[in-house]
Amino acid sequence: MTIKANGKEVSLKERVSVRELLDIQKVEMPEYVTVQVNDDIIPRESFETTFLEDGDVVEFLYFMGGGSGVWVLQMSSLKGIQGILS
Amino acid sequence: MGFTNEQLERYSRHIILKEVGIRGQKKLLQSKVLIIGTGGLGAPAAMFLAAAGVGTIGLVDFDVVELSNLQRQIIHLTKDVGKHKVESAKETIAEMNPDVNTVVYREWVNSSNITDIIKDKDYDFIIDGTDNFPAKFLINDACVLLNKPFSHAGIIRFQGQTMTYVPGKGPCYRCIFRNPPPPDAVPTCKQAGVIGVMGGVIGTIQATEAIKYILGTGDLLNGYLLTYDALNMEFRKIKLSHNGNCEICGENPVITELIDYQQVQCRTN
Repeated sequence: MTIKANGKEVSLKERVSVRELLDIQKVEMPEYVTVQVNDDIIPRESFETTFLEDGDVVEFLYFMGGGSGVWVLQMSSLKGIQGILS
Repeated sequence: MGFTNEQLERYSRHIILKEVGIRGQKKLLQSKVLIIGTGGLGAPAAMFLAAAGVGTIGLVDFDVVELSNLQRQIIHLTKDVGKHKVESAKETIAEMNPDVNTVVYREWVNSSNITDIIKDKDYDFIIDGTDNFPAKFLINDACVLLNKPFSHAGIIRFQGQTMTYVPGKGPCYRCIFRNPPPPDAVPTCKQAGVIGVMGGVIGTIQATEAIKYILGTGDLLNGYLLTYDALNMEFRKIKLSHNGNCEICGENPVITELIDYQQVQCRTN
């Protein structure tokens, strides 16, 4: 069967759950992803019990904060960078 | 309100647009936009709104300008390092356009001040230029409770996203991203960093949404998440639905008060 994931067609040999699709698509940090199937947001707790059907349109919607703040580069890693630069 | 010759010249490229005209430019000059966060997203948004002649721009930020900000936060200059971001941004805006009245709030938003800040000038539109999830959920919830439209955005590495909330017209941020990421989902620092232009692209789209909302022209990003991947140079406009069970804007809302979530910290190895 064929589904669409993030706008691209994906062929699947067998029915898979949302959870399995996250693995197949090698989605990084799945805890940071909201999954929409057709028009519905799939609750995180239903990822394993929701199976995809032929023709489903799946979107992975990522939590996105900012380039700093949560994702602060610590000074220790900056020192590493300086080592590489010098 | 009449226009001076200087204003007619300054805004001439707006005024000749049929979607703006004298009436639209007047609306912009009388409008009030609040920008929360004057960093990667808020800096370009504030500059374009100031240049456009948005009459009142509110800026909220407690941070101080650091050298590492200048790669993307273009409202701050090298001489501004060490200054409060809201003051530095206010100075740049004043030099750009004397028509703009900049109101500064040197604080972090939280559940006890955000309502007063939004109500202070009864802002028409709010721009979320923050970098963390507690602030993003707080801004969403405050705007839903106060019936205010706002633009959400996030940027990371070579990617960005934005959506617009208009009360009663499509989903809010919480319809899509129900709760902040779980506290045990701590990101590693390999996720850190952002290409400097990303805030420019996405923050400018946020400013565009504010301008269109004020003018009442075109279609906004309500009901859509616009994503941008700069590495593939790909924009996608993903249709979203309102969630009838949304905890704040659904049929039976359970969130009736603002929540202060804990910040998830980056794990360093």
